[in-house]
Amino acid sequence: MLGPNGDPRQGMERLAEWMLQAPRDLLTARQAEAKVLFRRIGITFAVYGEGGDPERLIPFDIVPRVLRTKEWEFLSKGIKQRVKALNMFIHDVYHNGEILAAGKIPERLVLHNKAYLPIMRGVSVAGDVYSHIAGIDLVRTGPNDFYVLEDNTRTPSGVSYMLQNREVMMRLFPDLFSSHRVAPIERYTDDLRESLKSVAPKNCEGDPTVVVMSPGLYNSAYYEHSFLADKMGVELVEGQDLFVLDNTVYMRTTYGPKRVDVIYRRIDDAFLDPLSFRADSTLGLPGLMNVYRTGGVTIANAVGSGIADDKAIYMYVPEMIRFYLGEEPILKNVPTYWCDNKDDCKYVLEHLDELVVKEVAGSGGYGMLVGPKATPQERKDYALRIKSDPSEFIAQPTLALSTTPTYVNDGYAPRHVDLRPYVLVGADKIRLVPGGLTRVALQQGSLVVNSSQGGGTKDTWVIGDKHA
Amino acid sequence: MLSRSAACLYWMGRYMERAENLSRIIEVGFRLSQIPEWEGSGPAKIEWKSSAVAAACAEGLLAKHGEANLESVIAYIALDENNPSSIYSCFKAARTNGRTVRTALTSDMWECLNDTWLEFNSRWLETLNQDNLWEFLDWVKIRTNLFRGAILGTMLRDNSFAFTNIGTFIERADNTARILDVKYHILLPPGEQLGGALDYTQWVTLLRSVTALGSYHWVYRDSIKPWNVAELLILKEQLPRSLVYCVSRIERDLLSLNEHDGQRHDCHRLAGKMYSQLNFAKIDDVFQNGLHEFLNEFLTQNELLDNAISNNYHFYS
Repeated sequence: MLGPNGDPRQGMERLAEWMLQAPRDLLTARQAEAKVLFRRIGITFAVYGEGGDPERLIPFDIVPRVLRTKEWEFLSKGIKQRVKALNMFIHDVYHNGEILAAGKIPERLVLHNKAYLPIMRGVSVAGDVYSHIAGIDLVRTGPNDFYVLEDNTRTPSGVSYMLQNREVMMRLFPDLFSSHRVAPIERYTDDLRESLKSVAPKNCEGDPTVVVMSPGLYNSAYYEHSFLADKMGVELVEGQDLFVLDNTVYMRTTYGPKRVDVIYRRIDDAFLDPLSFRADSTLGLPGLMNVYRTGGVTIANAVGSGIADDKAIYMYVPEMIRFYLGEEPILKNVPTYWCDNKDDCKYVLEHLDELVVKEVAGSGGYGMLVGPKATPQERKDYALRIKSDPSEFIAQPTLALSTTPTYVNDGYAPRHVDLRPYVLVGADKIRLVPGGLTRVALQQGSLVVNSSQGGGTKDTWVIGDKHA
Repeated sequence: MLSRSAACLYWMGRYMERAENLSRIIEVGFRLSQIPEWEGSGPAKIEWKSSAVAAACAEGLLAKHGEANLESVIAYIALDENNPSSIYSCFKAARTNGRTVRTALTSDMWECLNDTWLEFNSRWLETLNQDNLWEFLDWVKIRTNLFRGAILGTMLRDNSFAFTNIGTFIERADNTARILDVKYHILLPPGEQLGGALDYTQWVTLLRSVTALGSYHWVYRDSIKPWNVAELLILKEQLPRSLVYCVSRIERDLLSLNEHDGQRHDCHRLAGKMYSQLNFAKIDDVFQNGLHEFLNEFLTQNELLDNAISNNYHFYS
């Protein structure tokens, strides 16, 4: 919100002024009110088996994070370019493997990757779309510098927070919305439904039947699953509600079987079909893969799409953009070292105090080392882990992340943030609502924004340079 | 509609209704225990046992607490996590069922379920005792009334509405029959005169427990007479807790499901049969053949209807 010299950035003067003038007790009251609203609506993040409250609230900060329309247009162009290339990449590695043949990406990195599923080789999916719903994590380091931190191409979560944060903000600060032209995001769920309908299987007759498939009540993101199904007006199903007959997927309804055309699944590949993957899983639907492979049903995101969001593959996304689209990448990658390369590994081990090291297969902020914050002993222990299996680790420099004002302990303080816009890739077009989920590291100085690690969220505003 | 969703709505309706009736049953026990004539008028004080019987959890309560009294009823019927028919369990199960089918609920309904559960935990679970029992029972009634209001005021008149109602009325019919049966068979101690002062007070208390004392006076304009009370609770369709009203609603909601697909199931036939039997019955005949026998037969039929609905709409497929 503030520029390098401490003054409000262009277009944000009025908000900054409002923030400084608003009485503290009002803000504190609103912050408390937000908490009550979230608890009441039941917007929770379930963490079972760790003790404590199994239905936790994700802390919500009342100060919006603001982007200007111009910045957003730039970002959205870059994001669309990126997901287009990622989808072409997934299609390519399950078909002709041209990018591998051209030597642009090491073959073993793809073909021996755990996220690469041979069962998907040569399978054609509707519209050649693999990652229908993608979340691109971005950070900002300067007025015009955005970096992509991570691509999420399998089941990115958090979009319900993006929508509910806006809802809650509008309830708490109606006057702010009337004095700022904040780009609306409410059409996301309509976009999602249209996008999913656009990838219905070829032999689908009439209006496609779309469902959201969830592992059920005890999944951490269950709230989101039910939220999305509700807002799209489609059924929220579990594996037990579905069955396969004559190479077609049906759901069990009170009127008997009903055919299902598009499944927006929020279940990992491994649990989708016990006949093809984990036999011990009861979450999925036996026989689903067979119907899928023969084109009788669409699964979003596509099975095997995880190959594109692997942390090692990430390094090659700019290369993909050049290879498939013949364009220069609009968004920058964070320089990344992969310990499988001898030189990289040596550099990483020598500079552990400057780098963030992550497990290639890890997620959610678990198992990472934030070098500058770690103790010498922690770095030493981590070095041993890297040495024992170098190919499992990547490292990135700690960027000079920008901060946004955040309301903590009855006052404003700068906190690090990232941004996850959600992109919808249909067979017809790519859809994107302005903004995304801003995650904020609530601990002073912390760089970790994951909700599982105590991070919070805030509303994200894209506003025009001129006020309403 | 998904069969599993239908089952969840049905059970959500049942559990919220049961929570309300449990509080009404405790209220009867509480009022009866305050009747002075009761002292020394029988072997042990059995008004709390009658509550446990009406709540269909006498066996579990006696096994765990030895005797039925104010403390054990509060502990077992209101708060016990391990008693599947406690108010605690009902609110929890209603919320879990509601949460599973949140897509079918309006936000008013969900927020009511969720708030109720949160408030039960934060306000009552640790603090409920005989001093604030009235306040608690009122609270339960307010919460369940609010939930019903949210259903009536906000829900689309579709299959979700029908299944929620069917569950509600199956449960209510069951509970009304039980409450009535308890009075008839358990409450009057041996030696007490039928139609005596104690008997009178008990009928009044029973009417109060279903909030029908005022209605009684409007319908009969007469002093409290057992056969009138029975008639009101069984055969008067104006009274929303009467058996005939419950069954008429079930029949109507089942038919509304039927409109979509034209399928007629066992449950339709059974509900229709139950309704016409009640509709054409006379209270004299009911007493002639024995009120207890009549109520028992009704409870059996009601359970068969519940089974038929589960089977016909594939609740457990």
